[in-house]
Amino acid sequence: MPFDTFSRRSFLQTAAAGTAAAALGFPSLARAQSGVTIGIVYVGPKDDFGWNQAHAVSIGALKATPGVKVIEEENVPETAAVAKSMESMINLEGANLILATSFGYFNPFMVDVAKKYPKVTLRHAAPLWEKGKHPDNAGSYFGYLDQAHYVNGVAAGLSTKSNKIGFVAAKPISSVLRNINSVLWGARSVNPNATLQVIFTGDWALPVREAEAANALIGAGCDILTCHVDSPKVVIETAERRGIKSLGHNASQAPLAPKGFITGAEYKWETIYKIFAEAIAKGQPVPNLVFGGYDKDMVRNTAFGAGAEEPARKAAEAAIADLKANKPILKGPVKDNKGNVVLPNASYDNFDRVLDGMNFLAEGVVGSIT
Amino acid sequence: MDGSSALATVLIAMLGGAIRVSTPFLFVALGEMLTERSGRINLGLEGTLVLGAMSGYAISYHTGSPWLGLLVAGCAGMMMGALHALICRLPKVNDIAVGIALMLFGLGIAFFLGKAYIQPSAPRLPSIPLGFWSDNPQIAQALQINPLFLIGIALAFFLAWALKNTRPGLILRVTGDSEAAARALGHPVMLIRLIATACGGFLAGVGGAFLSLYYPGSWNEGLSSGQGLMAVALVIFARWDPIRCMVAAMLFGAAGALGPSLQAIGITQGYYFFNAAPYILTLLLMIGSAGSKKALRDAPGELALTR
Repeated sequence: MPFDTFSRRSFLQTAAAGTAAAALGFPSLARAQSGVTIGIVYVGPKDDFGWNQAHAVSIGALKATPGVKVIEEENVPETAAVAKSMESMINLEGANLILATSFGYFNPFMVDVAKKYPKVTLRHAAPLWEKGKHPDNAGSYFGYLDQAHYVNGVAAGLSTKSNKIGFVAAKPISSVLRNINSVLWGARSVNPNATLQVIFTGDWALPVREAEAANALIGAGCDILTCHVDSPKVVIETAERRGIKSLGHNASQAPLAPKGFITGAEYKWETIYKIFAEAIAKGQPVPNLVFGGYDKDMVRNTAFGAGAEEPARKAAEAAIADLKANKPILKGPVKDNKGNVVLPNASYDNFDRVLDGMNFLAEGVVGSIT
Repeated sequence: MDGSSALATVLIAMLGGAIRVSTPFLFVALGEMLTERSGRINLGLEGTLVLGAMSGYAISYHTGSPWLGLLVAGCAGMMMGALHALICRLPKVNDIAVGIALMLFGLGIAFFLGKAYIQPSAPRLPSIPLGFWSDNPQIAQALQINPLFLIGIALAFFLAWALKNTRPGLILRVTGDSEAAARALGHPVMLIRLIATACGGFLAGVGGAFLSLYYPGSWNEGLSSGQGLMAVALVIFARWDPIRCMVAAMLFGAAGALGPSLQAIGITQGYYFFNAAPYILTLLLMIGSAGSKKALRDAPGELALTR
């Protein structure tokens, strides 16, 4: 298959080079009337009850835009395979806007493709693109899910009896670490004795190891579980079976845990995809950087489940109101769990780019990133 | 947490892991052992496992009966096994290549038909609380045993006895060791291999249903992540002996629980290494056991890898 696309690609490149170069003399997205083809790459199945599904259902806003054709490819690994997928979308399907939805797609794969095809617009769903450092035809869009995880933490802080929250995490990358820390910071804001224990599984979807990790955390005394893996179903169901409470991630898992579900952190990708769709409909370029949290309606919390008691609900709602008003979460200086001061300032804006590269576990988190 | 109770936590978690995680390995390994004892390798059991997981989950969801799902999963696996055997009957067909093709076929068809079952929750197989005597909740949890685990162990002992002491067992061994001898004795070689491969497929399908219906107990496309292939490797390490297959599966399950449980007690450095423990263990054991001359003697003579 890779060799296949390669040879077809080179053939098409030579054959179409002359005409294409003339026809696409200006940024292709400006030609809304003549049609925009959007290629979307997912790391897993579109209906994984998590990350990929959250994107796939929100794509509707783009599909409904006149003159837009959407092509999708699922189960594309974070390897050279994604570069091949993107190139075949560009060369064979004529895609002029690529949406790469998984963290590991960005560097080097999407950056290289962006350099190779300067006329194609590429956007990546994580806060990684920087102006000047990366090509101008690339860009990032991102919802600050850590804000919703912070609200999760607030509700958890008032719901835990053992003061131990368990977190099943996939990989120690910045956005995962930030969600882990945010749950703890939320919990500590209402319950200074709360701690959070994290277990890393090593990859985005490993159901058996996620179940093992969930059981190990419950064995260690955690009475609330949450996670950052692609498909939280296994963790939430394991928590429910073992009779403890749970917090969701990515999409609504409320139906999986009728007894113990408290609330969950969800993206509202549709807000971002609507911004894209409007730009395309007007024939304007898609912005390079689109991001926001509660303030711009790009994240939300799942409706409270049976596990959320009255004080937890009230505190969580108050936290949401604060976030909507852009009140900073972090009161510094912040220490990591080895005792080093990692964020020395007294306060940080919720969208401070320093926080995007978070590479530590905060004081109060039991675990290690290596 | 002091040292001894931390150690106890890890050991209990490994015991629990051996019981929870090992069952699919046990079933697939026993099934592959049967198939290989008849002189064929079926590498397609990864696909069979996933197809079994999907079909078992789907049937359990639609009928509300996980046991029916288990049966259907076994039958789906049996059909995959029979298909392998029937294709391998044709002249000049390589069983390893067919196995790889059927693995991809099984995965593809399971992913295709399984799309609709990722979200719904299906009824799960029950477990027997054998840890009722203990006040320690961890032990009680570790000893929540699924009947399939007990059936798998009983099956391993039964197969070990049957291979050694019964007429069908002898016929199977003859077929696997020397096709010519089996033909000279008047045994229908192809039929025996068909039955052995179909039974192997049945067991692999049941193993898959354990994954989707008991532990971790839900269907999605990453469910198996190579467990079927590992089980095939375990058979070689177990040198085609059912009892050793059982021990290997349990060791593998216990090693798999090591990574998460070490992180849970606070040994958090190097979790990538501990997560790789089952594979490192298998590799070391295979190097150790495959090096001896005895290993070669135990291998069925008709297997493509010994010819």
